[in-house]
Amino acid sequence: MTHSPHTAPPTRLQRVLASDFVFDFTRAPLAILAAAVVAFLFLVAILAPAVAPTNPFDPASLNLMNGFTPPMTDNMFTGERFVMGTDDQGRDLLSAIIYGLRVSLFVGVMSVLLAMGIGVSLGLVAGYVGGWLDNLIMRIADIQLTFPSILIAMLIFGVLRGIIPPDLRDEMAIFVLIAAIGLSEWVPFARTVRATTLVEKEKEYVQAARLIGLRRGQIMWRHILPNVIGPVLVIATITLALAIIAEATLSFLGVGAPPTEPSLGTLIRIGQDYLFSGEWWILTFPAVTLLALALSVNLLGDWLKDTLNPRLR
Amino acid sequence: MPDDSYLTVTGLSRHFDISEPWLARLVSGRGGRLLTAVDDVSFSIAKGRTYALVGESGSGKSTIARMIVGLERPDSGTIRIDGQTAFDPVSGPTQDSSLRQKLQMVFQSPYSSLNPRWRVGDILMEPIRAFGLISEETAQQRRVQELLDQVGLSAPDADRFPHEFSGGQRQRISIARALASNPHFIVCDEPTSALDVSVQAQVLNLLKQLQRDLQLTYLFISHDMAVVRVMAHRIGVLKDGRLVEENEPGALIESPREPYTRMLMDSTPRFAGGMAG
Amino acid sequence: MTTPLLHVDGLSVEFPQRRQRLQALDGISFTLEAGEVLGFVGESGAGKSLTGAAIMGLLEPPGRITAGSITLEGRRIDGNAAGVRGREIGMIFQDPLTSLNPLRTVGDQLVETIQLHLNLPAEAAGARAAQLLEEVGIDPARRGAFPHEFSGGMRQRIVIALALAPEPKLIIADEPTTALDVSIQAQVLALLRRLCKERGAAVILITHDMGVIAETTDRVAVLYAGRLVEDGLTAAVIAAPRHPYTRGLMASTPNLDAVSVDTVLPQIPGSMPGLSALPDGCRFHPRCDVALPDCSRVAPVFAHGVACHKFAAEQKGEAADAG
Ligand SMILES: Nc1ncnc2c1ncn2[C@@H]1O[C@H](COP(=O)(O)OP(=O)(O)OP(=O)(O)O)[C@@H](O)[C@H]1O
Ligand SMILES: Nc1ncnc2c1ncn2[C@@H]1O[C@H](COP(=O)(O)OP(=O)(O)OP(=O)(O)O)[C@@H](O)[C@H]1O
Ligand SMILES: [Mg+2]
Ligand SMILES: [Mg+2]
Repeated sequence: MTHSPHTAPPTRLQRVLASDFVFDFTRAPLAILAAAVVAFLFLVAILAPAVAPTNPFDPASLNLMNGFTPPMTDNMFTGERFVMGTDDQGRDLLSAIIYGLRVSLFVGVMSVLLAMGIGVSLGLVAGYVGGWLDNLIMRIADIQLTFPSILIAMLIFGVLRGIIPPDLRDEMAIFVLIAAIGLSEWVPFARTVRATTLVEKEKEYVQAARLIGLRRGQIMWRHILPNVIGPVLVIATITLALAIIAEATLSFLGVGAPPTEPSLGTLIRIGQDYLFSGEWWILTFPAVTLLALALSVNLLGDWLKDTLNPRLR
Repeated sequence: MPDDSYLTVTGLSRHFDISEPWLARLVSGRGGRLLTAVDDVSFSIAKGRTYALVGESGSGKSTIARMIVGLERPDSGTIRIDGQTAFDPVSGPTQDSSLRQKLQMVFQSPYSSLNPRWRVGDILMEPIRAFGLISEETAQQRRVQELLDQVGLSAPDADRFPHEFSGGQRQRISIARALASNPHFIVCDEPTSALDVSVQAQVLNLLKQLQRDLQLTYLFISHDMAVVRVMAHRIGVLKDGRLVEENEPGALIESPREPYTRMLMDSTPRFAGGMAG
Repeated sequence: MTTPLLHVDGLSVEFPQRRQRLQALDGISFTLEAGEVLGFVGESGAGKSLTGAAIMGLLEPPGRITAGSITLEGRRIDGNAAGVRGREIGMIFQDPLTSLNPLRTVGDQLVETIQLHLNLPAEAAGARAAQLLEEVGIDPARRGAFPHEFSGGMRQRIVIALALAPEPKLIIADEPTTALDVSIQAQVLALLRRLCKERGAAVILITHDMGVIAETTDRVAVLYAGRLVEDGLTAAVIAAPRHPYTRGLMASTPNLDAVSVDTVLPQIPGSMPGLSALPDGCRFHPRCDVALPDCSRVAPVFAHGVACHKFAAEQKGEAADAG
């Protein structure tokens, strides 16, 4: 693009607001909706202690008499009302969902960060260094890809739990969960980053950096990484949806979040027991929340992918 | 060799292994294959002068350039730069960063030779910092402005990204980056073949002016005889990795000894209306 | 008056974008007679390829023709070029591999094209294919070989054979030799020119090299930022270019016989504007060294083979002097 050489360059904010990206976004109602839902849920989760009506983990706030109160009805005994009803222990379901969302999102985001860290590093090294290291990393990736990632996560979960001393298990459960999901999702990051790195490293700007005497690590980190980050963000968003569902699945199967820190998946598992005895809300509300979250994140990821793709060169 | 030579290469060779993968080789029963990209090439460049290498695609021009700046390792031969040994077969490439700082390169593609995610200012700053040339921040900034000015760009351009510039402007940025480390010697590998003629003239003139102002020595690579004639004080003709002829431009162009050189010249399109300027 | 082979009148092409509509071609007009070789020259992005693509009906969506007409032998072909594409108008691209199927032998590809367009029986088509290969200087015995078994120059000659196979009336060659070495470039261009002359096929040769224009074409059209700025017989334009842009283009092309290391090449300052920042008036005026006040306000009309206020003013002056 041409420009007159003497106008001041626009500020960063102006640049962002004027970008095609923002322009496309303002013209994609579905993406705006999805982004709004995601932003809302994140906000609620972060502010949980402030926005939740009660603290569901505080035994003092529980009253067994409130058990099985349907949504928006007065409890027969105490006369209290709960927007989403209560569970068997009389715990406010809305509060449980808000706190559960917090756990789900924490696990999801942390495991994506882990997967991203591992995948991007391995992909960069495999692509840039090449040779046997590349072969080794990519063969491991290939092998891992032949198994469903939930299976891998369960396997890693089992192994890690076996390693940890029993008295620490509950405390560490969340981190084991994060490690298991993170380790099961790094492959798409590594593959994409490796492919982009292979293209980038042949470009002349990398040669120019070598001429200046930069070391491999510096070139990978400073020159190549910024050029592979676009597709990585797309994968991260899509993986976040997968990780949230993986966490819910593991928790639903009873191998995930501990009962002391129930996630959405745990709530769904608990609710399932009551579905056919008429207490539908205990399952339905956590399930709908999970669905809204996973769907919105996924929609956002798909939109990102479509929008960024033609410009990835 | 004259004493005023800045760069001397002797007996430079480079082979590439272009065999099929071992499994395919096993199946087909064919052996490995070596391609001789550069074959026993020797020449020297006088200080402050331009030596041009011409030849068709695949004749080994870029490989020679890359060996000289140290991006590619020669199989044999020696490279001496400014009295220092940059490469010899026994001790390998020198690790001396003061020598590397004297050598820079301008690449062919104005599109891939600048990191698209970096601002122009950062691109120019990188060699200054990497070689530790200037430590003080404001002095570094001043140097960046000076570089931009030298190649005919303006100060606010430092805050822009490469994609905001035209091909010719990007090639100027590339030249500025090469100048940033105060080099004595610049390898220009087809710096204008991706540019339009009108812009090519700008870049060629700029390179010549910088040579005069900064006493730069150039290795200039091109497949265009006319461009080479504008730039070179001496021309080497490469064919299949060998230097088949070498001479002053006037003599080489008026009375080429090799039929290959003559053929290259005869196939250069010309038109009578062209002005000498 | 006979109808010309190809008549392009006021051709305009637009690319609707997110925020604006980019006008990539603005009122391009020219005619082409049978057997004539017309060169399109101009800087990168001037609209050379786009003009070729518009004639072929190969504009990439969302690009579309917004004004003007294209007639081939008196028939309008804008809007439905599919009928003439390949058959009456052949195309040669810069990279020969884009026009060749890597998985089929060159002989098969030739025979298929001949049969598709000429309705010949298999045997006659085979003979015709062999003859075409012979004509482009490739041993017909190699018709069983695959494209990758040939060198770049040979591939481009095969592409020429392929384009000539349906006996087209017009061939559009978009930088056919840019990817080739100069030595091969000369051969390929000479071959293209000779074969088209023999068959009476017209050629539009797109290039950015004034030297190629001088050596290969009969007429030349100079494009700048989507507009035609000069058009005329090649010899006349080269002897006396009328538009300052043409002059600049020629002057900045180094001429092997006339330059030396002491030469300072004449250069055109600046660079061609992008489509999103086209200047008003004459699009060349910011780079023009003879611009008049009018040049930045009013677009010059194309007359006497050139679109230039300065030239028009000089003409008027001469006419006044003479009168
Ligand atoms: N890394 C490599 N591996 C294998 N072969 C190579 C490699 N680099 C170069 N070659 C081969 O070495 C030969 C010389 O290549 P080089 O790039 O030096 O040619 P060149 O003269 O610069 O050509 P061009 O004008 O096309 O840039 C070519 O045949 C090329 O295919
Ligand atoms: N699909 C497209 N979308 C938007 N703009 C386009 C598209 N195709 C071409 N253009 C624009 O149209 C203008 C003319 O392009 P064209 O390809 O005809 O240039 P050219 O003269 O052939 O240049 P070159 O010498 O680089 O091939 C350019 O500014 C280009 O950016
Ligand atoms: Mg090269
Ligand atoms: Mg083009």
